[in-house]
Amino acid sequence: MSDQSSARAGGVRDGVRRLFRIPPHTPALAAAEASDELRAFLDDRVEHLIARGMSPEAASAEALRRLGSPLGDAREQLRDSAVARERTVRKRQWFEELAQDLRFAVRTLRRDRIFTVSAIAIIALGLGASATVFSVADALLVRPLPFRDPDQLVWMANGTESGMTDQTSQVNHLQALHVQDRLFADVAGYFAFYGIGDASLVRNGDAIRLSSVPVTQNFFPMLGVQPVLGRSFTREESASDTTNAVMLSYTLWQHEFASDPTIVGKSITLNNAPQTVVGVLPSTFDFGSVFAPGTRIDLFVPFPLTEAKDRQGNTLALIGRLKPGATMAAAAAELAALAPGITAAHPDRNAFTPHISTLRTHVVGQIHSALVMLAFAVGTVMLIVCANLSNLLLVRATARRKEMAIRAALGAGRRRLVRQMLTESVLLSAAGAAMGLMLTLLGTRAIARLQTVNLPLLSDVHVDALSFAFIVCLALLAGLVFGMAPALQLSEFAVHDALKTSGRGSTDSKRGRWMRTALVVSEIALACVLLVGSGLLIRSFLKLLDVDLGFRPDMVTAIRIDPDQDVFASQARFVAYVNEALRLTKALPGVQAAAIADGLPLGRNRTWAVRAQGVSYKEGQNPVAYIRLATDGIVSAMGMQLIAGRDIEATDDWSSERVVMINETAAHRLWPGQDAIGKIAMIDTARRVVGVVRDVRHLSLDQVSGLEVYIPYRQIRDYPTVDLIVRSALPAAPLAKSIRTALAPIAPNVALNEVQTLGQIVDRSVSPRRFFTMLLGAFAAFALALALFGIYGVISYTVAHQQQEIGVRMALGASQGIVQRQILRDTLELAIVGIVLGTGASWIVARLLRSQLFGVSSTDPATFIAMIAVVTGVALVSGYLPARRASRIDPCVSFRSG
Amino acid sequence: MALLKGTLDVLVLKTLSWGPMHGFEITAWLEQRSNGRLDVTDAALIQALHRLEARGLLSAEWGESKNGRRARYYKLTADGKAHLRTESAALIDYVHALTTVLSTRSVHE
Repeated sequence: MSDQSSARAGGVRDGVRRLFRIPPHTPALAAAEASDELRAFLDDRVEHLIARGMSPEAASAEALRRLGSPLGDAREQLRDSAVARERTVRKRQWFEELAQDLRFAVRTLRRDRIFTVSAIAIIALGLGASATVFSVADALLVRPLPFRDPDQLVWMANGTESGMTDQTSQVNHLQALHVQDRLFADVAGYFAFYGIGDASLVRNGDAIRLSSVPVTQNFFPMLGVQPVLGRSFTREESASDTTNAVMLSYTLWQHEFASDPTIVGKSITLNNAPQTVVGVLPSTFDFGSVFAPGTRIDLFVPFPLTEAKDRQGNTLALIGRLKPGATMAAAAAELAALAPGITAAHPDRNAFTPHISTLRTHVVGQIHSALVMLAFAVGTVMLIVCANLSNLLLVRATARRKEMAIRAALGAGRRRLVRQMLTESVLLSAAGAAMGLMLTLLGTRAIARLQTVNLPLLSDVHVDALSFAFIVCLALLAGLVFGMAPALQLSEFAVHDALKTSGRGSTDSKRGRWMRTALVVSEIALACVLLVGSGLLIRSFLKLLDVDLGFRPDMVTAIRIDPDQDVFASQARFVAYVNEALRLTKALPGVQAAAIADGLPLGRNRTWAVRAQGVSYKEGQNPVAYIRLATDGIVSAMGMQLIAGRDIEATDDWSSERVVMINETAAHRLWPGQDAIGKIAMIDTARRVVGVVRDVRHLSLDQVSGLEVYIPYRQIRDYPTVDLIVRSALPAAPLAKSIRTALAPIAPNVALNEVQTLGQIVDRSVSPRRFFTMLLGAFAAFALALALFGIYGVISYTVAHQQQEIGVRMALGASQGIVQRQILRDTLELAIVGIVLGTGASWIVARLLRSQLFGVSSTDPATFIAMIAVVTGVALVSGYLPARRASRIDPCVSFRSG
Repeated sequence: MALLKGTLDVLVLKTLSWGPMHGFEITAWLEQRSNGRLDVTDAALIQALHRLEARGLLSAEWGESKNGRRARYYKLTADGKAHLRTESAALIDYVHALTTVLSTRSVHE
């Protein structure tokens, strides 16, 4: 429609202009028109003046005078105002259309309530899951550790083993580093066997056990952690063992001291001795969440770098801060050059073989691959969500062909119709995103509160700006992606075709059907991949729970009963304490067995070099064993299995021969091919082997134990802690109460918060794996539900469109059974294609999962078969309902409705 | 007579309430109705038209004028009509108030 031909008055009406999308003018065109308009105006003016009797010259002059400004200026001004006008009009039109599209979308979505609600729910679940996983990854992998310049922080392991005991260094190593290294701004450490320093705090007569970590004087300054109250430890406080300064964690200060602002300088009673509070750490500093996931740390005490501490061996976990500009490689090279000298300076002490990694790698390195796996899993879930919604929208779009055709015939351009469809899908995803955001808030909060899960930085998980941006972008993207398929399909129908045909079956184009089938098949295939992944993880988890622990954790309760320091200090009093504690406990009703040990399985550990008497080992091949102290009854209390010889007995004390009980691995390593009983092992001293037990999984469930030696408590003075281990059918809480009452005469301050069952300990050690397994399992279940929904949708749609055909066939004698079988066969065909593709994809993906698996191969046939069975079953169920409906079709009705 | 700020817009809208016109028709109509007492330059008038169109109070189409020339015809939109109603009522009130105050004879006069 050209400008000239438009009618004089009114021209094109606004609505029509909008409907037909006559574009607003370009700036250049608008400027040219402004010039034309001005010329026409002046011509009119001159003509008008001449008609009043002026001469042409005078009229021209008068016209220019009336213009008000020189002609060139006036023209420029008008051109500018015309361009500005076009811009504004264009913008307004855009917003008007948007508002119109939105209004229209809301109206149509409201009309189709079931569709809208299910679509929004699907998006919300998909986005909620994705954003929650993203928030976890954000906290663990993206956000900087809560320290000053965390990228400069380095974890310095002494050796390459994973056990804590193999990562620690000796005090003289740290002192040597302070003097010799040049690339580190500072190196600090904390006492890695901090559980030993646990203290009981007595307030109002009740004792609670607090975990304290001894740290070197420079620990907090080096990390850049500023106390919220008070200060860090001074050099004087960190100079000797006799110091009495403590720092409180923020949580302890809040909960036990009611956030007392005057706490600094006050004295608190720990282990019956007064200690002075010198500072309170900020709430952002959570030692446990970074260095000891799943544990709560309440107190910090100074760790003096003294000769006495050095003699305790490898006790320090070292953390260094690189100088600005220093690289990891350079620091590693420097340490490698320094290490032999540091080792040589004290030939009688442990070797120093430092291996450095960034602190972040140390903290989250092990779960990195698990997180990547989760990220892929939610990505897959999101793809399925998009496929599912595409399908829902496609079905809708087909049902709305006529509406679209009419709108097109009335002049709506294709772009406008596509835009309308996209508005609808983006609106859906926006509503889904709002709900998804709520789910994410709930999900992240739940995860941050998972204190019993052994994963670092979880308490830090929350929705921050980045995860918020993530959910918004993902929602927008998803809206565009799943809105695209139906929008593209628009391009393919011709207006007159859609208007002409009115029958139900014939309008369903081949391409539309193909697209829907492809989407459902890919949904099934993706669901297969998730099912196999989660199936393998679940199998691994079950295998892990099936592992022979070497002890029976059920019905075993452990209580920390450290005596006072003066009892610890005296050998005679300590033995008396142990004897009395065991006697009192065993006398309780319901107690089947009791023993005392210096630690519980799956907790801290320490190693010493051991050897068989008379055997010399090659340099670097000295056997190293985990040291456990135990009393009589340990085998029956823990439910360990004695293979040969006897348990430790009460008579194994200072007056009798030094003996030891060892595990199977130690027996094989020290005396290969021989009977270990009666042999002499050189540990702290020469000890005769009196018993051999099955290996106990002390490190973790999926790691075989190394060499273990059980030394009688009453034959050694190096006893750091006292854990009472009780086997009883009674529940833990009442049992702990009655033990506490029974022990009151000798140990009045037993803290009840330190009661654990071995079952809880085992649970905690498998908690990361359970966490990931449950998340992946949930995703797989969701994916399966979506696939079911998808298959159901496509089959019912097909059935609805084939009503006439089915009616004809039934009129011609096809039985209900034949019709049903036909439809189920169609469903199965769909499922089989999806399963074949999915099995192939799973086979590849499962190989990438290998590092997460335990005791299951990535091609585990049971998992694959189970997946195929489940998916086939789900396909049959989702095909059955429409099949049944089809078989009830009444031919007469179906003809009439056609 | 110089125009008070904002009144030109109302006058233009009022003019167009008689039907679509092009720029010069509007000027001519205003001059005729005011007996030439309104002092509006032609450039200012055309700019006012562009401004009103940008605000959505007017719409414009090209058409052919009575003397066969191509001209840009302006007409009121629905928004423009509403705007004219409220603004002209306000202006009339204002002028009434002014007239009442200024035409009161004082004793000193």
